[in-house]
Amino acid sequence: MIPILLGITVITFTVIHLAPGDPVETQTELNIKASAQARENLKKLYGLDQPLHVQYINWLKRFLRFDFGESFVDQRRVIDKIKERIPITLSINLISMMIIFIFAIPIGVFSAWRRNSLFDRITTVFVFAGFSMPHFWLALLLMILFGVELGWFPISGLQSIEIEDMSFFERLIDIARHLVLPVAVATTGGIAGLSRYSRSSMLEVLRQDYIRTARAKGLPEKTVIFRHGLRNALLPVVTILGLSVPGLIGGSVIFETIFAIPGMGQLYYSSAMARDYPVVMGMLVIIAVLTLLGNLIADITYALIDPRIKVGGERG
Amino acid sequence: MNYVIENFRRNPLSLMALFIIILLGVTAIFAPVIAPYSPTEIDVDNVLAPPGLRHPFGTDELGRDVLSRMIYGARVSLSVGFVAVGIAIMIGTLIGAVAGYYGGRIDSILMRFVDIMLTFPTIFLILAVVIIIEQNIWTIMVVIGLTGWMDVARLVRAEFLSIKEREFVQAAKAVGVDNLRIIFRHILPNALAPVFVAAVFGIAGAILTESALSFLGFGIRPPEPSWGNILTSGKDNIEVAWWLSLFPGLAIFITTLSYNLVGETLRDSLDPRLRQSR
Repeated sequence: MIPILLGITVITFTVIHLAPGDPVETQTELNIKASAQARENLKKLYGLDQPLHVQYINWLKRFLRFDFGESFVDQRRVIDKIKERIPITLSINLISMMIIFIFAIPIGVFSAWRRNSLFDRITTVFVFAGFSMPHFWLALLLMILFGVELGWFPISGLQSIEIEDMSFFERLIDIARHLVLPVAVATTGGIAGLSRYSRSSMLEVLRQDYIRTARAKGLPEKTVIFRHGLRNALLPVVTILGLSVPGLIGGSVIFETIFAIPGMGQLYYSSAMARDYPVVMGMLVIIAVLTLLGNLIADITYALIDPRIKVGGERG
Repeated sequence: MNYVIENFRRNPLSLMALFIIILLGVTAIFAPVIAPYSPTEIDVDNVLAPPGLRHPFGTDELGRDVLSRMIYGARVSLSVGFVAVGIAIMIGTLIGAVAGYYGGRIDSILMRFVDIMLTFPTIFLILAVVIIIEQNIWTIMVVIGLTGWMDVARLVRAEFLSIKEREFVQAAKAVGVDNLRIIFRHILPNALAPVFVAAVFGIAGAILTESALSFLGFGIRPPEPSWGNILTSGKDNIEVAWWLSLFPGLAIFITTLSYNLVGETLRDSLDPRLRQSR
């Protein structure tokens, strides 16, 4: 955990120093908005007159205090800009993850159980399509079809302008309608990947001796599949869910930008566009740390559902 | 090899995918001969013309022929895909081979490095790098390659871990063949099949990444055409010109789908365990 955290900071620090020549010069040259004052601040922020390892240690100290400097664009503190975006992205990703789980696992389990059935074949086609589909293109198609042509769902933002005049319930519906298309885009790849994965995991389990034993002793098929099969098949699926966290967060750059949702992905995109370095570098670290936390949660979940791993040292 | 041919023969969809891949390659190579118009010629009298006889896929907001831009775009997408994957395979193979062969401390340090790289969502890392360096087709290839080698490294490491225990490697060690020669001449050739499969899937992934980057405005810059940046004008004209969104995206989709299908068929034929289970 700690070495990985340190590694994340080393890589981010390296990226900052990739710029040929003096990073301050390059950066301010690209960003005309950067005033002489900002230039000085940036020099101070990176402490460029110091030797490299001192620069790194200083940067690390500031990172531990969540001090990433100030944005070039509006001179606000980077951490404040990021903080207000985190809840939006996190809740959309949590919703997406739940939807992925709810759809992918039954699809995968059922395809494995009824292997080579019509259902299995159709889902296999969809899985491949979901894998290969450029998500931003899917977003455009959904926008054209459901937004422009049919007018069912709004295609940009998180809420309508009239939201102030709505009752609580109407607001909820309004936000939900805004979320339908972005969440559909965010979940497509995940559902495809995870259902494929749970299918092969289930296939593997169904071939095991204990499943044959369970069937041989006359247990009902439902018990065999759900109690003996599913629990064992789910173990590796949880690991994959943890590994898919970076992909989900990475996807938010794309769907938040397209649907103009004011989350972290959109902030990252607009900051990159404006060459707002302090924000970009601050977010790079924070995103990696969030991903690490996601993996940690997946590990803990794994420990909770795997009877072979006991948490808290109790022995059976 | 026989399994591969057999598998393709039994699977018409993959055979078609293979055919599409070859067709795309030919299109990319002979783009200047095939394209009906220049990809960059502006025609102000034919701005945003819908698909028709003169322009089968319509024109964009500057009156440029979309089909011709897509044909030249195939060059960009495919070359980025191939070069980026080539870079990723080289780095991944080297790191995976060293980690798997030497084991111990070297292994744990290298694999920890892989873990660290994997905590950065690729698109974030790529964007952070491309805004610092100059953006052109070469740097895009390098950046996509540099952020895509981790899976290959894990794969190669696993192969090396198992192959290095085999008798012929032990024998080579016993007669005093040096480590580098064992790695490259004795073990690596036996580990190449899964790497090849990973490369085919990798090309699909790299094409997707490049198109997403170009779409966001951080990849191939207009006027040079790429499937991704045609889609940017598709988004800008989403209310009036559906063809700008539909066709380039379809091209990306069909290309990645074809590579994924071929990759799947190759994997099935190379992995005897999977051969029974599917």
